[in-house]
Amino acid sequence: MRHLFAGIAIAAAALALAFLVLPVIALFLRVPPGDLVHALGKPPARDALIVSIKTSAIAHAVVLLVGTPAAYAIGRGHFRGRALVLSLIELPLVLPPVVAGIALLVTFGRLGLLGSTLDVLGIRVSFTQTAVVLAVAFVESPLYVRGAVAAFEGVDGALLDAARTLRAGPFRVFARVALPLAAGGLGAASALALARGLGEFGATLLFAGSLQGVTQTLPLAIYAQFEVDFDTALAIGTLFVCFGVAVLLALKVVGGWTRSVSLLTSRFASSPSA
Amino acid sequence: MDPLRLALDIPLREFALRVELALGREVVALVGPSGAGKTTLLRAIAGLQPARGAISVDGDSWLDSTRGLDVPVEERSVGFVFQDYALFPHLTVRKNIEFGRSGQAGLLERFGLAALADAKPRELSGGERQRVALARALAPDPAVLLLDEPLAALDAHTRGEIRGELQALLREANRPTLVVTHDFEDAATLATRVGVLLEGRLRQLASPAELVASPADPFVATLTGANVLRGRARRKGNLTELELPTGELIRSTDLADGDAAAIVYPWEVTLARSPPDDSAQNHLAGVVESLVPVGNRVRARVGPVTAEITAESAQRLGLRLGDRAVASFKATATKLLRQGR
Repeated sequence: MRHLFAGIAIAAAALALAFLVLPVIALFLRVPPGDLVHALGKPPARDALIVSIKTSAIAHAVVLLVGTPAAYAIGRGHFRGRALVLSLIELPLVLPPVVAGIALLVTFGRLGLLGSTLDVLGIRVSFTQTAVVLAVAFVESPLYVRGAVAAFEGVDGALLDAARTLRAGPFRVFARVALPLAAGGLGAASALALARGLGEFGATLLFAGSLQGVTQTLPLAIYAQFEVDFDTALAIGTLFVCFGVAVLLALKVVGGWTRSVSLLTSRFASSPSA
Repeated sequence: MDPLRLALDIPLREFALRVELALGREVVALVGPSGAGKTTLLRAIAGLQPARGAISVDGDSWLDSTRGLDVPVEERSVGFVFQDYALFPHLTVRKNIEFGRSGQAGLLERFGLAALADAKPRELSGGERQRVALARALAPDPAVLLLDEPLAALDAHTRGEIRGELQALLREANRPTLVVTHDFEDAATLATRVGVLLEGRLRQLASPAELVASPADPFVATLTGANVLRGRARRKGNLTELELPTGELIRSTDLADGDAAAIVYPWEVTLARSPPDDSAQNHLAGVVESLVPVGNRVRARVGPVTAEITAESAQRLGLRLGDRAVASFKATATKLLRQGR
């Protein structure tokens, strides 16, 4: 009986692994590697790569710059409605990206909530690269902020108190103590958010459209090339796999580092092992 | 005028912490059970805990609720040694100590930490961490030094030695210093005056010797290590007789009436195998419940009292756990206190 169950469990694991890995391997098997590299050099792929890198970099920089202090305020703050704020931040995570796209459209579009105001200022957002940046930031920021809040919550409050008694003002406490001690968790959240932002499809398509060289990001290019030039679509797909592997490896490295950091932050209640 | 004066009123969950205190350039220890408000008081002085009342240091006001003044933590001049030390784990010993900017030179040497300057806190022993924490707190030359349970994180066997070391360092620091501890022996070693805090009130503030000689109430007596026997007192000739709930009688030269507590220190209690024919008025028979060697002495629990006798005497009596023995103490060594409600 025991052997039977162990056998079933192992078979189930093998099946799951094959189901998840086989399609990824198939991406690489259909076309010779040389052709994949060649396909990536064609204009649709090249343009999409440039658009993706540019918009993702800007969106990610904004998310880090605004999200990090925001997460610190939420993670270390004791204020009423904190749970509500956290839930509101998490809401976009559970929304389908297409809904996010419509929501952005009715907010920043010409006929949207802020549309007329932006129009007066001569700013047009929808179907521009700005729209891509907004869409990417909208879907990736909840992921980053949630992870960053957890990272700041994990910092021992006594260390922040200690810094304050040593005459450190709020910024110095943040920069010299909270930030370095939360760095591991912040790095992990940042990598996950970046990967999510690069893969963003639905919101971008609805809010920014799919103009090659302007708003067509890598995922949109896959969709556009799907019926025109399957090899290019496939090549972009393999690019995503490589990027995904890189993110996972980075997380492992950062993860190992975080563990040693969190070990350090653990209170020194017991004496060191002799 | 005393360098540090404070009168604080802090509402806590179960009671309000109300303390008035004035400190010179001296070490004062606050003792009391956990939850008495000791740590809260330290945090309030540092500005880490909201409080009402007044705090002034060398004439500067840090807190004055009547004027709406509440100086933020980083602008108060406090050195704070946290429980478990709260050393920055990502910084070396040197960087920890130099964190408070106006770092004094030579602190590493003075605290015997020069060889450990580039070590990270996790590589240090408990005693070394404590020295780093104290050096870090003193580096900006604070007007007031606050220590929260500085010995609690240490092993029992290193504790005695480090306590002596800390005593010397605090004396050298020579500034108003408040040490919080739950251990009377630690308090008596480190401080010139000891305040006993219970449920937010300072029950007694005196030198350790005074606290032992004349505790204000049974709680203070218990804290200083005395045996406390509660019962009903009534005059009997020149003496007072205290009837314990067990029916046994204890005689004292102190005067009392009604509910009272007899206080007798372990070193005033002698032990014998059978009731001795001596001048002691009080004999309590009981079973030996514990025998704990403390240096060249033995602390023995017999029935309701603890006796401290020499190891030599303990050996001569051949006492073992479970044996019957008689604890004796004189009426003149038995203090009576009215029962605190």
